[in-house]
Amino acid sequence: MGGPEVERLIALLAKLPGMGPRSARRAALRMLAEPETRMLPLAAALSEAARTVSACSTCGNLDTRNPCMVCADNARDRSLVCVVETVSDLWALERTHTHHGLYHVLGATLSALGGVTPADIDLSLLLRRLDGTVREIILALPATVDGAATTHWLTEKLAASGIAVTRLAHGVPIGGSLDILDDGTLATALKARRPVE
Amino acid sequence: MTALRLERLTLSRFRNYEALDWRPGARLVVIAGANGSGKTNLLEAVSLLGTGRGLRGAATATLARGGQGAWAVAARLAVDGERFEVATGTDPEPPHERRVFRLDGAAPRSQAEIAARVATAWITPQMDRLFGEAASGRRRFLDRLAAAVEPAHARALAAWETAAASRRRVLAEGGDAAWLAGFEEAMARHAVAVTAGRMALARELNAALAAGAAAPFPVVRLVLDCAIAAALGGEPALAVEEGLRAALVGARAADRASGSASVGAHRADLRIEDAASGLDAAMASTGEQKAMLVGIVLGHAAVVARSRGMAPLLLLDEPLVHLDAGRRAALFATLRGLDAQALMTGTEAGEFAPLADAAALFACAGGGLSPAPFPTVPRAW
Ligand SMILES: [Zn+2]
Repeated sequence: MGGPEVERLIALLAKLPGMGPRSARRAALRMLAEPETRMLPLAAALSEAARTVSACSTCGNLDTRNPCMVCADNARDRSLVCVVETVSDLWALERTHTHHGLYHVLGATLSALGGVTPADIDLSLLLRRLDGTVREIILALPATVDGAATTHWLTEKLAASGIAVTRLAHGVPIGGSLDILDDGTLATALKARRPVE
Repeated sequence: MTALRLERLTLSRFRNYEALDWRPGARLVVIAGANGSGKTNLLEAVSLLGTGRGLRGAATATLARGGQGAWAVAARLAVDGERFEVATGTDPEPPHERRVFRLDGAAPRSQAEIAARVATAWITPQMDRLFGEAASGRRRFLDRLAAAVEPAHARALAAWETAAASRRRVLAEGGDAAWLAGFEEAMARHAVAVTAGRMALARELNAALAAGAAAPFPVVRLVLDCAIAAALGGEPALAVEEGLRAALVGARAADRASGSASVGAHRADLRIEDAASGLDAAMASTGEQKAMLVGIVLGHAAVVARSRGMAPLLLLDEPLVHLDAGRRAALFATLRGLDAQALMTGTEAGEFAPLADAAALFACAGGGLSPAPFPTVPRAW
């Protein structure tokens, strides 16, 4: 229905997180009903973001600037680096205003059942940042079995650096992902972080 | 005592039901119909309102009418007159394999929110095999009872299984030692949590049964046969965890060869014995075993009621099968005295006639339910 242009639009929308063919069709039809007010502004915003936003070459955050706003902020504590799985987790922690150090976006957690192995995680960027200014690394990975196993693995990889490694005190339910936690829970978890045994 | 009530149940494309809108309208409800008429499907639908796989343990994708596509079960429930709606079914997007929930029309923050509102306890004819089957069946039974009392038990168990399966995979692929250590730490932690949950359930259930929660049904005792439970009896949990972790590290080569884990929550068995004689339930007659199961479900309902502050919905599939006349009368008397709502099934409505003054009867046939009068003259035996 609607020709190949519409089909392509629906197929692209359906690939977005939280969308499927049904919701993609609904979104496409809603936009097509009001192309001037809904569709063209969206298209412009998409193209603008695609052109200007990129991954920070230091920490992996997404920003229009490189280094990103967090990395460029001289008021932040450069001795403290918080390792998160995704940019979404970074933004969730930023909303709590409790972490005043820097970040590092790992991009993935190890997953034996999902086929993500140590070979798939590039630690070179993180290791390169450990040049003497960093005194503490906070591991803020999800409170899942895979998140906990990745925390353990990463702690061993970082042991040689001699830097203190701590992790979030998860009062977080098993399976909890950081970006769905409320800000108060996250702030508490961050304040009560503890050394990895 | 506060009890969970089912006020209305609607089914869409669930098992043999194309569409059903049903109001039980009573605390005691009998659903009578021929074998294959869909009585158990109805109880299964209610059991799915909690967060597990329901009383048949079926996969989400297999529950739809015709075995494929979307299905939905929705219910209006009430506790102390306070109504709420719970719905579950498949994700509206194909391939309809993911289970989703709604609480009062909105997506809950997590399934734990649903688990906290809905409590069920059930007995099915398949449970007759419990005493003679492999240990895994008894573990599942015990874990389900524990999760109904403490929903966190199901999460600890799922985490244990994920960690164990992950370690198996990494071992098989000759993976990274630091990564393995991460899974071993998680396995030790979750195995201790799972075992502690099983021990707590057995302790509470044994105490409830000993105190007469299922009288006049036989008093049984649940005995956990498990090395971790034995260790937890004498050492602090953290020491047991550390011991398990170390044992797993030491067993890597053997576990790689066997494709399993030499220690863990999957090594437990549950023994059910007569509390008075100590006789193993596996040795008892079929009728005696059924009476023990009824006793366990009644005792479990009492434990759930105390710990969660509301009596669970009782789903009794063919409760009268294998029970003699005396035990049937005892069951009816017990049900009359409970606060819990009970949905019961049977092939012969007449067998439930002694409950005629207290129960509502529905005839189940052709994918529908219709109110029916109890046969006036109970069957002569
Ligand atoms: Zn940055």
